[in-house]
Amino acid sequence: MTTMATTSDSSDNNSDNKDLTPGRTSSAEMTSAEQAEHEARGGVVAGRARQGMFGVQGWGDTSGYGGLVLPAYVPPAAQRPYGNGFDELTDELLAAMRERDVPAAAIQQITVDRGEITYYVQRDHLVALCRTLRDDPALRFELCSSVSGVDYGTEVPQRLHVTYHLTSMTYRRRIRLEVAVDVDDAHVPSVVEVYPTADWHERETWDMFGVVFDGHPALTRILMPDDWDGFPQRKDYPLGGIPVEYKGAEIPPPDQRRAYS
Amino acid sequence: MSRRKDRKDSRGSSKTKTRNTEPAHTVGSGTTDTTTQTAEPDPYAATSRETTEGRVYTVTGGDWDGMLDDWRHDERIVVNMGPQHPSTHGVLRLVLELEGEVVTQARSVIGYLHTGIEKNCEYRTWTQGVTFVTRADYLSPLFNEAAYCLATEKLLGITVPRRAQVIRVLLMELNRIGSHLVAIATGGMELGALTGMTAGFREREEVLHLLEFLTGLRMNHAFIRPGGVAQDLPDGYDAKIRDFMKVMDSRLPDYDKLLTGQPIWKDRLRNVAYLPLDGCLQLGVTGPILRSAGLEWDLRKVQPYCGYEEYDFEVPTSTDADAYARYVLRLEEIHQSLKIVGQCLGKLEPGRVMVDDPKIAWPAQLTIGSDGMGNSLEHVRKIMGQSMEALIHHFKLVTEGFAVPPGQVYVAVESPRGELGAHLVSDGGTRPLRVHMRDPSFVNLQSMPAMCEGGLVADVIAAVASIDPVMGGVDR
Repeated sequence: MTTMATTSDSSDNNSDNKDLTPGRTSSAEMTSAEQAEHEARGGVVAGRARQGMFGVQGWGDTSGYGGLVLPAYVPPAAQRPYGNGFDELTDELLAAMRERDVPAAAIQQITVDRGEITYYVQRDHLVALCRTLRDDPALRFELCSSVSGVDYGTEVPQRLHVTYHLTSMTYRRRIRLEVAVDVDDAHVPSVVEVYPTADWHERETWDMFGVVFDGHPALTRILMPDDWDGFPQRKDYPLGGIPVEYKGAEIPPPDQRRAYS
Repeated sequence: MSRRKDRKDSRGSSKTKTRNTEPAHTVGSGTTDTTTQTAEPDPYAATSRETTEGRVYTVTGGDWDGMLDDWRHDERIVVNMGPQHPSTHGVLRLVLELEGEVVTQARSVIGYLHTGIEKNCEYRTWTQGVTFVTRADYLSPLFNEAAYCLATEKLLGITVPRRAQVIRVLLMELNRIGSHLVAIATGGMELGALTGMTAGFREREEVLHLLEFLTGLRMNHAFIRPGGVAQDLPDGYDAKIRDFMKVMDSRLPDYDKLLTGQPIWKDRLRNVAYLPLDGCLQLGVTGPILRSAGLEWDLRKVQPYCGYEEYDFEVPTSTDADAYARYVLRLEEIHQSLKIVGQCLGKLEPGRVMVDDPKIAWPAQLTIGSDGMGNSLEHVRKIMGQSMEALIHHFKLVTEGFAVPPGQVYVAVESPRGELGAHLVSDGGTRPLRVHMRDPSFVNLQSMPAMCEGGLVADVIAAVASIDPVMGGVDR
């Protein structure tokens, strides 16, 4: 990994800079070799590209900073040692996966950030992985704390992520599993058979993000009315403005207001 | 028999719909054919028609005995309880399938209080988000704020000053007392123990008065902010809190006298809403329900935050796993919380209550102005008249907010109902990309069918009361 970074010459960097247009998935520090490796891992992107300095779009650029481009955030793959006991945990997990014939490729990427470990998982092996995590005596993640969705925005490839927060009460640790799917193919196998508590969580994620959990016993809307159209927590869900009774003015929807983020 | 068995999704169950649309008494899909019992045409005879949902009988006047004879024993009726029934703990709707007095199937229907808090947070700054999440579980607002702020601070990589931490613990424990009192009060009301209700709300009023004195608001405080707390405790807080503790110490024994040993209360709660440990774990249940099943799982002890490891308190548990055990545990947790509150007073040393980082902390010192809130006139004069830079900075920080480095965190705190988690995702901007509150009410409510099915319909009330769901948190 480090050798790759050092061998890349200036021409490589130049070609990279050309790629740094909004919507590109590369991170600012990534060389093309790293980029290729990242794509091979599944190309997880967790953020959107930014332009300018003040987050204001569609207004005249009086600051001169409008040409500034910040690429989308890509969670870096962790290098060993992970620390925090995550090395032993990952070793145990990989061993348990071998025992249960879950391919090691089921885990696309491991990210350690702010003392939390995230396993980016291929959806095909999600249920087997959860079962392993729950049943293996060295892992024992008995409690599925939370299942929820994240929509990283329309320009991001595989923009819908489903996150699973698992808690091991025996060993008192927490991990996060994350599955990234395309919005056109938003299917994730249901983990209800392993963690019955995921039932309502998955229904909520379906309701809010439109992720279909295959194998869920009754995947119906839970918070919105049954006949609701659309998935409210998707980033492209149309938001309403507020009609104000003053000279016909109307407050634009929150996503069209001037913002600084 | 053409009973409908597919009631996985009970919202708008076909039977209840049919009933609402028919002007006369309509019963769904019975088996009796009363029209054959009379020789001449009876204007009041039951008629029937075929619908897509099965045969529907219309009964107008006449006697019910002919109808009832046959299906008294094997016909199930579906009772829709709520969403406005006073015994369902807010706008919770229960759809119960009954066979006589026995509940054969129970489903809860939620969403009536969905206000889009999580989505709203995505269009506010990180600080403004506090004002939204505090309204989720409205009986434990300070826990929502604390979970959200702890997660934000983890994303920012900052730790709050010690005094702010102690204030947070103090407020959370006061809030826990108030929340448990409401659980006991509403539970008592729902079971007909109205004196329990009046007593519970009387004591909770003490908590709210105290919280109003300390934070300025009775509920929805937005007092805990990313980086610390909004302002320091007011003068005379020590005496007020000690008075409150005295009042509580004198009144809490009343609950034992009134409820704990009372035969009717015990009969209504003992061996009701039984949920053993394996059921709790599978259903993800945490909080007093889990501890009533025997597992000493309290995040304040097992994964301490806000310096809880320094406090001396017990985590009461039971192995009865019934509604009575949960009542007893809640009462005992009130005592323990009072103990922690007392220890907080000893730990409050002078110091900052907001992190010493001008990029996050507002430059203004929030003091009470003449209008009762906000900045004092003196302070406004100072920044307006002397420090233009401070004014600009303040303006930017308040309108634009602070940027949070990209990444995601999950932070859980022990709310009165169990594990309250905040999953926050930042993409590097001044607004959250995603805010998800893992609310214990939402998860715990899933255990309602497991507790109720096979029991009596009256025990459903006791079961829901022992779960203590707060719909603001369930629906968010």
